[in-house]
Amino acid sequence: MMSYLRLCIMASGKIGKDSSCYGYSKERIDEIHNTLPCRESQISTLLALFGKPSHAAYSSIFIYGHTASGKSAVITTILQTLQLPHAIVNCVECYTQRLLYEHILNQVGDVIPSPDNNYSCYARCDNMNDFVRLLKNLIEEKELGSRTLFIVLDKAERLRDMDANILPALLRLQELSNCNICVILISEIVLEKFRTGTGFHEPFVLHFPDYSKDEMLEIISHDCPSDYSPSFYISYVNLLMSIFYMVCRDLNELRHLAQLNFPKYIEPILKGEATVENAPKLWRNIQPHLQKALQTIYLREVSSAQWEKYQLENVEGAGSLPNLLSLRSSVELPYYSKYLLIAAYLASYNPTRTDKRFFSKHHGKINKHKLKKTEKISFQLLGPKPFPLERLMAIFYSIVEGKVAPTANIFSQISSLVSLHLVSHVSSDDQLDSAKYKCTVSLDFIRSIARTVNFDVVRYLYDFV
Amino acid sequence: MSRRKSTLKLTTGECIDEVQRLLREKLSHDSVTTQVFGLETQRRHLLDIIKRCVNMGESNSAIIIGPRGSGKSMILKSILEEVKLEDNVQDNLLEVHLNGLLQTDDKVALKEITRQLQLENTVGDKVFGSFAETLSFLLEALKSGDKKTSRPVLFILDEFDLFAHHKNQTLLYNLFDISQSAQTPIAVFGLTCRLDVIELLEKRVKSRFSHRQIHIFSSLSFDEYIDAFLDILSLPKTFPDKNFTKEWNSHIQSLNDDNITIDVLRRIYQNNKSIGALKRLLLLPVCRLSEDHPFIRSTDLLESCQYLTMDSKAAMLHGVSVLELCLIIAMKHLTTLYDGDPVNFQMVYNEYQKFIQRRGHSVQCYEKAVVLKAFEHLLALEMIKPADGGQRSQKEYRPMMLLVDAMQIDDALQKYPNCPTEVKQWNMTEFHA
Repeated sequence: MMSYLRLCIMASGKIGKDSSCYGYSKERIDEIHNTLPCRESQISTLLALFGKPSHAAYSSIFIYGHTASGKSAVITTILQTLQLPHAIVNCVECYTQRLLYEHILNQVGDVIPSPDNNYSCYARCDNMNDFVRLLKNLIEEKELGSRTLFIVLDKAERLRDMDANILPALLRLQELSNCNICVILISEIVLEKFRTGTGFHEPFVLHFPDYSKDEMLEIISHDCPSDYSPSFYISYVNLLMSIFYMVCRDLNELRHLAQLNFPKYIEPILKGEATVENAPKLWRNIQPHLQKALQTIYLREVSSAQWEKYQLENVEGAGSLPNLLSLRSSVELPYYSKYLLIAAYLASYNPTRTDKRFFSKHHGKINKHKLKKTEKISFQLLGPKPFPLERLMAIFYSIVEGKVAPTANIFSQISSLVSLHLVSHVSSDDQLDSAKYKCTVSLDFIRSIARTVNFDVVRYLYDFV
Repeated sequence: MSRRKSTLKLTTGECIDEVQRLLREKLSHDSVTTQVFGLETQRRHLLDIIKRCVNMGESNSAIIIGPRGSGKSMILKSILEEVKLEDNVQDNLLEVHLNGLLQTDDKVALKEITRQLQLENTVGDKVFGSFAETLSFLLEALKSGDKKTSRPVLFILDEFDLFAHHKNQTLLYNLFDISQSAQTPIAVFGLTCRLDVIELLEKRVKSRFSHRQIHIFSSLSFDEYIDAFLDILSLPKTFPDKNFTKEWNSHIQSLNDDNITIDVLRRIYQNNKSIGALKRLLLLPVCRLSEDHPFIRSTDLLESCQYLTMDSKAAMLHGVSVLELCLIIAMKHLTTLYDGDPVNFQMVYNEYQKFIQRRGHSVQCYEKAVVLKAFEHLLALEMIKPADGGQRSQKEYRPMMLLVDAMQIDDALQKYPNCPTEVKQWNMTEFHA
């Protein structure tokens, strides 16, 4: 029996190669592998699952993995290169069920809304019943026959926010429509979080692991500018990674940062101060710059365009970043507003019963050690507590210098603090008599405010006594 | 030998292709009729009800209850196929298939019924007063036939429990009402996995229901489970190449004696008895068949099993950055400290800073805004979850729950590439304030 098989294998060696490609030409498969480095095992698993176009496909595949691990890219490339009938929709873009259905139908039916067809869709469709019916018609109309139709739903976690029947129905689309349809869900959230409601059908789960550091270097090295050798670029990316890799493992982010900061890295070379080989000098030049990038561009506090402009100006002389860093810590306020804000901060972070101790002349002693046992967490960590307006005013009058008349002027400054989002209104708007507020600024902020009016705010904070 | 053109001998490539086509079909479609295991009494009961409706015009209703993947739809489908073999039934019987996932309200359901009974033309632009009127009109329309008696209609309601959530349960009320009164002969079958489905029905609906419940529980013993495994993989006698069929089937039988295979099957069986889970296990090995690898080996099954039982959260933890990992560990320590109470970002940041200051040499310290971005990434990955019921407060002070357990963190740290030793040690230390 075995000899028969061996014979078969020997006789059909040529066809054998063909069959491992599921009827596609070798070049096509190679093309997919070449455009997507470091994803060989995922691609071959997916190709195996898809099989030949006429094979019955498993009803649903769930793909998960971190952002920028190549999930959508792999799927899109396979479907487009092999020219399989498919529809790809992004669930963030199609946030209602009607948009979702109509986008899928348009793509399957090759209808592109344009001025020529008066921006019309393939059909109006706003419930799952119509969608399945129209899709069935469309498959007949397009004469797909037994060829598998792939429906790809990117950012599938958003489907959970839609009606409860949509996710289970999509997972069972094959059963409900009796057509050879494969639904592919792509998400960065694990499958456990999708199991809600009734009718959930277990999909085939595929994990896209994150790239290792070496794989990332390999992929980023594809962006190397033509004037420089790849090894030079890789050594640069290595330096970049030493700063960013601990914080961020997102390939897209790292690629973006690498491209953005490269002009700065090669600046000494262009100026003739260093050569390509002089890596330590280049490193000394770029390191503080990258540190700054971590605090600004990585946090999106400046835009890429601003950052590029800053780099250019820096080459010519003293350019400075738009003063955003300091913006976080300094806001100019009127004199009384500053005191009001300090009072609000004290009211938010001190327990009410300690007010007597802090603000009256003849206060009793508080045994702090006794209290500490019951309250393990400090008030700084728990965040601001709401306080009534009367308490704020009482603290305000006791800390402010000089006599202040309770005029409408003072009260209007409270509402401007609210509109500046330094203080927020907690109770509902219709309660006029017992308005409650919360202070929303940080300790560093209030310290710098207090410094400008020579007020030692820490002395009045319960946590620091 | 294989080159010879004959109807019986195919090349291995063609054989594999044929095997794939056949097995993929079996594995992908849930309701493809395979052998029914141990459900004979239920099957006979259902068959009896349908035959009486079809042949004698007796209306009836029943609910089939069983867990997912226990074979409810499959049984019904196989019975319908059997009934339709009879002569006078085929062109006389009408079927209406409804699914709670598709017909989300009674208006849509009614439209769908009209469509499936092919009465769109009869209804035309008529305006009806009530739901009941429309439905009775539809059924009335079916009466006008060559025979004196009207045609029997089978209503099959999949995901029956979802129909009970429709407003006033109008559809269910009317269907059960018709099945009670001697109008058109209809049989209503509900399929559901909810045991308490009767409790969902309103009183007036409940009183019209026949209270015929058919329970289907998959009571597969492990031996039957192995039989099902062999049954799914075996090639039928109709397979074109007889030699290959023989070879393949003997190979499949040999898997039965293999210890690894039995172990894998037992693991899956103990986790989930349903045939669906078994099919998912077999999918990848079948898809991977090729010329160079023409038979399923026990190692393939083992690999597929590892694939299916992978801990997805630990796998996701593998891909987070060191900073994010630090935050998770800090949160784990804080959660044990506060006996599972939610913690906010400020506390986590505080804890993280304590750690950094303790051994500041190799783990870098980052600005608060950078740490907050990492924290928000964890939130987007749903590894942490806000514990305030939608009530908005500043993001630093929102109470959060950690959704990863200590085991998963340990697991991830083991596999984490180039994890700083300080972080590992920090994870292992018992927390002390």
